[in-house]
Amino acid sequence: MARKKIREYDSKRLLKAHILRLKGIKLPLNVAQVRADTNFVELLDANPWLKNTKLVVKPDMLFGKRGKHDLVGLKLDFAGVEAFIKARMGKVVDMDGCVGAISTFVVEPFVPHKQEYYLCIQSNRLGNDISFSEAGGVDIEENWDKVNKITLATEEAATTESLAPLLSSLPLELRSNMEAFIQACYEVFLDLDFTLMEMNPFTLDSEGKPFPLDMRGELDDTAAFKSGKKWGDLEFPLPFGRSMTAAEEYVHDLDGKTGASLKLSILNPKGRIWTMVAGGGASVIYADTVGDLGFAEELGNYAEYSGAPNTQETYAYAKTLLDVATSSADGRPRALLVGGGIANFTDVAATFKGIIQAMREKADAIKAAKMRIFVRRGGPNYQAGLALMRQLGADTGIPVEVFGPETSMTVICAKAIEYIKTSA
Amino acid sequence: MGSFGQIFSKDTQAIFYNWKANPVQRMLDFDFLCGRSIPSVACVVQPGNPGGFQKVFFGREEVAIPVSGSVPEAVKLHPKADVFINFASFRSAYESSMEAMKQPTIRVVAVIAEGVPEADTKKLIAYARANNKILLGPATVGGVQAGAFRIGDTAGTLDNIVACKLHRPGSVGFVSKSGGMSNEMYNVLSRTTDGLYEGIAIGGDVFPGSTLSDHCLRYENIPQIKLIVVLGELGGQDEYSLVAALKEGRIKKPVVAWVSGTCAKLFKSEVQFGHAGAKSGGQLESAQAKNTALKEAGAIVPDSFEALEGAVKQTYDKLVADGILVPQPDVPAPSVPLDLEAAKKAGKVRVPTNIVSSICDDRGEEPTYNGVDMSTLIEGDYGVGDVISLLWFKRALPKYATRFIDMCVMLCADHGPCVSGAHNCIVTSRAGKDLVSCLVSGLLTIGPRFGGAIDDAARYFQDACDRGLDADEFVEDMKKKGIRVAGIGHRIKSKDNRDKRVELLQKYARKFFPSTRYLDYALTVERYTLTKAANLVLNVDGCIGALFLDLLHSSSMFSQVEIQDIVKIGYLNGLFVLARSIGLIGHALDQKRLQQPLYRHPWDEVLYTR
Repeated sequence: MARKKIREYDSKRLLKAHILRLKGIKLPLNVAQVRADTNFVELLDANPWLKNTKLVVKPDMLFGKRGKHDLVGLKLDFAGVEAFIKARMGKVVDMDGCVGAISTFVVEPFVPHKQEYYLCIQSNRLGNDISFSEAGGVDIEENWDKVNKITLATEEAATTESLAPLLSSLPLELRSNMEAFIQACYEVFLDLDFTLMEMNPFTLDSEGKPFPLDMRGELDDTAAFKSGKKWGDLEFPLPFGRSMTAAEEYVHDLDGKTGASLKLSILNPKGRIWTMVAGGGASVIYADTVGDLGFAEELGNYAEYSGAPNTQETYAYAKTLLDVATSSADGRPRALLVGGGIANFTDVAATFKGIIQAMREKADAIKAAKMRIFVRRGGPNYQAGLALMRQLGADTGIPVEVFGPETSMTVICAKAIEYIKTSA
Repeated sequence: MGSFGQIFSKDTQAIFYNWKANPVQRMLDFDFLCGRSIPSVACVVQPGNPGGFQKVFFGREEVAIPVSGSVPEAVKLHPKADVFINFASFRSAYESSMEAMKQPTIRVVAVIAEGVPEADTKKLIAYARANNKILLGPATVGGVQAGAFRIGDTAGTLDNIVACKLHRPGSVGFVSKSGGMSNEMYNVLSRTTDGLYEGIAIGGDVFPGSTLSDHCLRYENIPQIKLIVVLGELGGQDEYSLVAALKEGRIKKPVVAWVSGTCAKLFKSEVQFGHAGAKSGGQLESAQAKNTALKEAGAIVPDSFEALEGAVKQTYDKLVADGILVPQPDVPAPSVPLDLEAAKKAGKVRVPTNIVSSICDDRGEEPTYNGVDMSTLIEGDYGVGDVISLLWFKRALPKYATRFIDMCVMLCADHGPCVSGAHNCIVTSRAGKDLVSCLVSGLLTIGPRFGGAIDDAARYFQDACDRGLDADEFVEDMKKKGIRVAGIGHRIKSKDNRDKRVELLQKYARKFFPSTRYLDYALTVERYTLTKAANLVLNVDGCIGALFLDLLHSSSMFSQVEIQDIVKIGYLNGLFVLARSIGLIGHALDQKRLQQPLYRHPWDEVLYTR
């Protein structure tokens, strides 16, 4: 729940619709999206402009530097676009170490241009930074000294005066149009709860109207309750290269449906140290500690649950995690860290109930994977929670070691490592 | 916020927005442990509520915490409360927090909700900065000043507070993003130092209302704090303002710091950890970079979280050895009485019940009437007579008997608009009163003169019959005592104009009842009374009373003692009350449907006399 990247298609769609709504500015923007299941005939019906203009096509997968990887098709007709996409749909590419298949393209009119401008609006703690340059495009980083930046404090208006430093070197005849465009973009940025809006580059079309060529956007997804309607049908795609396993996807869905927080990231399905930790802060520290102790390569996952999930939710969550953690049984010992700090208000026994139910159900798989459970937790009703865990061990024969607030939080990391090391 | 120092004291009071029983009680329990003289919650704001109070324990006694309907009203009534604790949801946290922050008497606003939009938080931050207010959170559990003041759920249970020595001040200032880890660290500090002085969880959002360095700078200004401990986290750049403060010498007290999230490098693509702000981003935002920068700026940075405890202890011990820190004494905490609920759960107390109930149970999957569940009643061949037999007589009576009860209810349901009960009901309905008032005003006429004769009839018939009195003896004996013979006599019905209802009941009983001994006795009484006057017939009350005696005696389902009890405590009038309620409700609704105006009795129908 936080800042989420959106596709270029959505960034442009939102800019076009809302700059018109808020400021009455009609941008000459047209965008179409193509996915694996897109029907090209229907696409053409819905977007007649695709027929009578030269087109640009590129992957819309939240990564940049597309030109450098032969992933941009320029000045194509529609048939050319179709062929371009068909040749690349599903293709696996490696973008600086992030490997993934291309599944989404964005198609838009080709706008011949010479001038490439740069505009970026970015949220910071005290306001918003607006950066502008006349030397935008792929070489923006080399030309960083030509980028002008201002910071508008929270609730400060984008006036002629405040924007002036951005436009000081722009030819006079372009200034007022550019100023109006930046002001309008800023208004859209605020109104739609953007946290980042970048156009690198944008240009002026033959009529002098601003036209974003490449665009990036990030929205604050916690604002969905007030801006969701304006966003319309919008997806928050995963970062490129971060495909989810079925288990991760299941937990991701579960997380979306509850007010509580449930997180699962698989690092290494064959790993032998698994974590299921209560609390956002503590969960990171457990993963850190396994790494600090030199066993990063055995760490199976990152997992966090918090915000008082109910028994049904913790059960489903724990069962999913246990499925993955026990799936690579190979005769070697494994450990599961059911960790956590000292809770402020979460009822420990109540949250353990669902976890224990899942463990009882998966007892045979746990034993087959030679998995030992290490529990450490404190907080309201923790004695009862820890007793339930001990009882689980006694009833099922699963080896369970239980610790309370009298020991340090991460003591079970070393114990788990000890176990997987010595009894190998 | 650099000019701020201590923000809480033993007298600090808060306005608590959006009533939540548990955190308020926890705050007051903490107060008691600390030996505070006044509760830390001055009032509760429940938006739109007209006022009143909430009951909370303050130590061993209950106190009433006043309730206000709005923030301005609360502030006006409690000008000394300078902390605003906001338990509103993420949807409404912004409006209420901003409203509170604009009140001149409010200095600190703590926003608990997780998921407050970034733009909203930024507006709160801007206002706080411009107006010298302190914003804690959003997405935080709050904070605690040991021995003085606690926000909401911070630091968990009372056992934990005592175990962590939080009921009295120590010498360490602590700040972290995570509420859970704060509590964990209070525990660590109690093991390694003389304990916490003040601890703040700034919240896990990208832009917390106040930052790690804001609070470290504050701690620098609090003389009792000798050692500062910081737990940072990957993501964001807040830790760098602390780096700057250290480098610029604005913080001179020793700072032991650790930034968690060194594991992020294990993940190939971007990962969102548990906190919204904890996202693996650029190199600068990594835990490693921040730890290095803090170390270079002069903070004491261990090699791992595990080593943090040792680093804190070492630093603390050195401060003590150098005479900079004089360990604060341990103070025994008073014991807070166990809550009844908790004690019951733990099996530590037994509590006598107030009420005994033996006819039904609503605690299970489905309600039961005297052990018979709803499914059986609904899916089986049961009616109202069966329900009455279960709930009144606590047994399943045979079909002929429950059918008889049904018949009694049907026959007594109504007797026209002119009888006193119906008349009262109609008058009340026409006065514009609600249905229950109409019903009750009708029911209140039931008594010795109207409808209330079934029990008495049964009592006297039984007594006379069992004593073997002849009818004439019985009637004359009653006359001598000046008692009307209940169940005999009717205003209209007579020897030649029999009450059809009585005939129907008799017919049924003769066909199905094993015995009609009491009915037969009642009829001998009627034969005698009819010799005195033609309207002294056995009326419906008398008939039901006699037949119920037959039912009770001949069904072989009741002991003699039970029968005496049934007759004595008024079961049978219950039947009339129940039945007639049906008719009375009908009259009340009828009048309303007909929109009848207020009834006023005509003058000329009243004799005015001296």
